[in-house]
Amino acid sequence: MKNKTNNKIKHKTKIPDNPQAEQGMSIIVKTVTRLTVGVLFVYGINVALHGHIIPGGGFAGGAIIALSLLNLVLAFGRDAALEKLSQTWAIIFTTLGLLLFMVVGLFGNNNIPILANFFQDKGSILSLFCIGNIPLLNIAVCLQVGAGIFVIFIYLVSIKPEADK
Amino acid sequence: MIDLYILLILMIIGAVLALEIKDLLSAVIITGAVGLCLSAAFLLLKAPDLAMTQLIVEIVLVIILVRATIFTDSRVQQTKRNYANFIAVLISISFFLGASGYVIAKLPIFGKPLMRISRTYLSEALSQASVNNVVAAITLDYRIFDTFLALVALFTCLIAIMALSRAKSKEQKTNF
Repeated sequence: MKNKTNNKIKHKTKIPDNPQAEQGMSIIVKTVTRLTVGVLFVYGINVALHGHIIPGGGFAGGAIIALSLLNLVLAFGRDAALEKLSQTWAIIFTTLGLLLFMVVGLFGNNNIPILANFFQDKGSILSLFCIGNIPLLNIAVCLQVGAGIFVIFIYLVSIKPEADK
Repeated sequence: MIDLYILLILMIIGAVLALEIKDLLSAVIITGAVGLCLSAAFLLLKAPDLAMTQLIVEIVLVIILVRATIFTDSRVQQTKRNYANFIAVLISISFFLGASGYVIAKLPIFGKPLMRISRTYLSEALSQASVNNVVAAITLDYRIFDTFLALVALFTCLIAIMALSRAKSKEQKTNF
C-alpha cells in the first residue's frame, strides 16, 4: 500500500493529468455540496436502518452513502474525499460488513441451521429495534456496499489516466 | 396499463439510440434515461424497493461511466460502417423478431396466473420472519443465500479491480 501511494505521488508530479479533477469544481458547486452531503449521508443511514419497515433496505442505503462520498469526490477532488475516508479504512469497512454477515449467519447453537433467523423471541414487532436478525444483516449489507462502491470508484478514477498516457 | 406501454416504448427507443449514436457522452446520458424509465415502470408495477434501488444504482453507474471511463478517453466513436455489418444487423433483427413473435404468442397474459408462492409469502412473512416489509423478508430470510453470494460477488469484483490496478502500476514502473 505504501509503495503504491509513493508511486502515485511521483507520477502526479511528472504529468499533471486532468487538473480539474485535483482542484474540484467551482465555488457554487462546492457550497451546495457542503450543504447537502451530510443530509445525503444521514438519509442513507436512515434508509438502511429502516429497511425492515419501509421500502429500501441495506443495498439502497449503502448505495446512497456511497453516492454522498462520490459527491465529495466530484466536487472537491479525490484527495479531499480521501481525507474524510481513507482507502485503508474503506477496505476495512467493506471486509467488516462481509464478516458481520458471516458472523450473524454462523451464530447460534447446533440446533439452528446456518444463516437462519434466530432470536425471534426478544424485542417488539414493527419497531426500529425489531426482533429477528434482519436489521443486523441490513447494517452489514449497508457497510459492505457503501464502502465497496466508494473503493471501486476511487480505483477507477485514479487508474484510468495512468493507463492512457 | 397504457402508461406502462408508453414507458416500455420509450425504453426501447432509448436503448436503440444509445447503441446508434456517435457521441459517447450522449449515449451514457440516454442510458441513464432508460434506467429512469425502468424505475418508473417498477413504481407503476407497485415495487417501490426495486424502483429505489434501480434509481440509485443507475445514478452511480452514470457517474462512474462519465467520470471514470469517458472523461479522459476520446469522446467520439470511430468505427466505420460497412456492408457486411449491415447485413449481419439485418439478419439478427429478423431472427429476433421472428423468434420473439413465436414466443410471445404462447405467453400467458401479463400477471394473470399469480404464483402460489407469492401468496404464501404475503400471508406468512409477518409470523415467520417477524418483519413488516415482505421484500426484506424474502431477500434476507427466505432467499438469504442469494444475498450472501451477491455480497461475495461484489467483494470479488473489488479484489479484481485492486489486482488489475496494481498490475498496471507495476508495468508502468518498468516502462519508466
